[in-house]
Amino acid sequence: MKTSRFQMIVGGLGGQGVLYVTRILADVAVRKGLPVLTTETHGMAQRGGTVVSHLKVGPFWGPMIRPSCADGLLALAAESAAVFGMFLKPGGWAVINGRGPLPEVLDHRRVFWVDADGLAMKLGSPKAANIVLLGYALGKAGPGSRKSGRGFFCSIEEVRSLMESPPEKAKKSKETAVLALEAGFAEARRQGG
Amino acid sequence: MAGPRRISKRLLMGNEALARGLLECGCAVATSYPGTPASEILSSLVAWRDASGAKLHAQWAINEKVAFEISYAASMTGLRSAVSMKQVGLNVASDPLMSAAYMGCRGGFVVISADDPGPHSSQTEQDSRLMAMMARIPVLDPFSPAQAREMIHLAYELSETFSLPVMVRPTTRVCHARQDVPLQEPVRLDRRAAFERDPSRWAATPRHRLSLHKELEEKLEKLAGYAKSAPVLLNRAARTEERAVVVASGVAAAHGAEILMDLGLWNKIPLYQVLQPFPLHKEFIELLLSRHREVLVLEETAPVIEMQLADRWRVRGRMDGRVPCVGELVPEKIREILAVFAGMGAEGSETLAHPGRRPTLCAGCPHRAAFFAMKRAAPKGIYTSDIGCYTLGINLGAVDTCLCMGAAIGQASGLYQAFREDPNRPDLIATIGDSTFFHAGIPALIDAVVQGVSFVLLVLDNGTTAMTGGQPTPATGVGADGKPVGSVAIEAIVRGCGVRFCKVGDPYDVKDFRRLVREAVRFAREKGGPAVVISRRPCPLIAGRSAGTARGEVVWVDETCDGCGYCLKQFECPALAQDDRTGRVRVNPVLCVGCGVCLEVCPKKRIRKARPTGLEEAKGGASP
Repeated sequence: MKTSRFQMIVGGLGGQGVLYVTRILADVAVRKGLPVLTTETHGMAQRGGTVVSHLKVGPFWGPMIRPSCADGLLALAAESAAVFGMFLKPGGWAVINGRGPLPEVLDHRRVFWVDADGLAMKLGSPKAANIVLLGYALGKAGPGSRKSGRGFFCSIEEVRSLMESPPEKAKKSKETAVLALEAGFAEARRQGG
Repeated sequence: MAGPRRISKRLLMGNEALARGLLECGCAVATSYPGTPASEILSSLVAWRDASGAKLHAQWAINEKVAFEISYAASMTGLRSAVSMKQVGLNVASDPLMSAAYMGCRGGFVVISADDPGPHSSQTEQDSRLMAMMARIPVLDPFSPAQAREMIHLAYELSETFSLPVMVRPTTRVCHARQDVPLQEPVRLDRRAAFERDPSRWAATPRHRLSLHKELEEKLEKLAGYAKSAPVLLNRAARTEERAVVVASGVAAAHGAEILMDLGLWNKIPLYQVLQPFPLHKEFIELLLSRHREVLVLEETAPVIEMQLADRWRVRGRMDGRVPCVGELVPEKIREILAVFAGMGAEGSETLAHPGRRPTLCAGCPHRAAFFAMKRAAPKGIYTSDIGCYTLGINLGAVDTCLCMGAAIGQASGLYQAFREDPNRPDLIATIGDSTFFHAGIPALIDAVVQGVSFVLLVLDNGTTAMTGGQPTPATGVGADGKPVGSVAIEAIVRGCGVRFCKVGDPYDVKDFRRLVREAVRFAREKGGPAVVISRRPCPLIAGRSAGTARGEVVWVDETCDGCGYCLKQFECPALAQDDRTGRVRVNPVLCVGCGVCLEVCPKKRIRKARPTGLEEAKGGASP
């Protein structure tokens, strides 16, 4: 039986919530009964510096993604798209917080820009830009979106339900975080995701 | 292991999985000193304990050596115990480790030493498995969080079967990976501590040590034949009489498996995972060398397995240059090595990683304010520093040296002696964090007092071990579970060491603090002996903005800012950034914590307190 595999990079700067987004998606995978592996950077590698996490859902052995193998890239800062674009496979998609110019490394990749900071600011919770971006990405590359190629392994409903009733030990997301998720999703659909 | 009921899978970080293993095995005493990537092991164990109601003592110790001794003594009484640390912490604990190997243990004793190939967050890429080899104790090398949990069970079994300390060596990609992990119910051991007096073992003199060494070697001989820790063939479909074979351990084995599949080699080249790199199983060595003509070894970071396969004609790895000697074995490197090994030729997929943005001290970090004052007070000084967040002061030109825990003080002493006869002796300023001061700074300070060393010591006291996630220090007064414990004040220690100048200041009070550092510099120049300034202000990241950290200053940069960049270079606050279009510096209100220190930084006084009406202006400034 061929089981589907999904690989995504989440990149950003320390403090933007790269690990939080990754953790939510990994929890969704566990809830769906899918095998999941992630890897992340801690300690000296954080503190406002570049932060990256790898998310692999499906039958994998190791936690790291090889260059040109990721299905998707979530760039919480525009500069992270240039840093981690090399992980995307040809035909892969990138969802980037900010606006152009397009880094060269993303030629032949499908790229979506959104002002997640602005949308989060409008909601009154500037730190929720990471969740806005996740919602937007689910709108652009989730089930039912018009994208081609390999999209998310889960739907916005599954993410929302996890945020509202997280597994044991995980903190419940704030209401504003769920609003941020929906705002991002709505923006993607408004643009014709 | 039959018996214990399995409960459902949970998403766990490798460190949480290791801690879960300790809980499941009935560990009764666990100690640690925080260090990336091992820090979350002890805090997770406390969380598991509190959720399960298990009886277990878990504590942060002052350093790894003390942590080791506490847990080891518990094992002498027949209880199960564990100590965890990062690889450089094992250097600090190496003295008791070497001896404990000879004496052995009674209750199972597990030493978790987390390595950091890369290195991502460490001074070295050293391989703890080499330390296990040197101490002559067995070491297990997990490839995933799920396997890390299982290996704790195996480690206790080995430890109690052979009465030996057993090392478990995860790497960053295990510690900080997350995976769906199946759990078991914890066992109930109900053991009671009992100390059997046996000086020929527990207090051995050299005469007894020789016989203990002999016993140790006999144990290792048996461990090299112990079935449960023997290497595992991961791809049973591969024909085992193949010419070529791959032997891997740790996360390299996981990547190796995935890549063999992707290259279509899964059914062609056998891949063994070595669970116990030392001592390597004797039969396995014979099997490899009798059956296969070429053996590729993938392991991090030293050739530990490779060294034990002493046939240089057939073994490929780090020692013949096939596997690079430095850096993390990332999957793209492994792919290339495997492709070449299988005769497929390299794909030349060399993708140069973009450097990204370097880490920096957080907005509102009191260390930044202390460094700024220090540079003003002794601009031509030599700044020895130490391990912690404040090592990032290197960005500000405030860190000239960083050797190992506590070395800021010892190196200041050495520089003083080196320049002693020099008429232009430079000012020496050592900076050390509060936790690091406790860990290894105190003996060096006493030495400096005894030798009359003139230098300034800035103890950067933010009330926590910030870099590793905010664990308490011996001065904090709370334990690993947040409950009150005793505490020791830094100034009491400093004065007790015999230091005559010891003053406390708040680095947020920029002018007063600079005056204080100048006074200390003068003392060191004129009166002689160490002058200690304790820079005290809680870490805003850990203490939160509520705990008296925020001053609520709303600052903005006025329109006459000429974009000279002085504040960006000399102060490097993440909340200050240059606007691409106007060239002026702007305050990012999302990042700014309102410490107000930058008001004193701009030489032209263009960073200003907001007027009541200026608030909107400042807020608007960030999102044009």
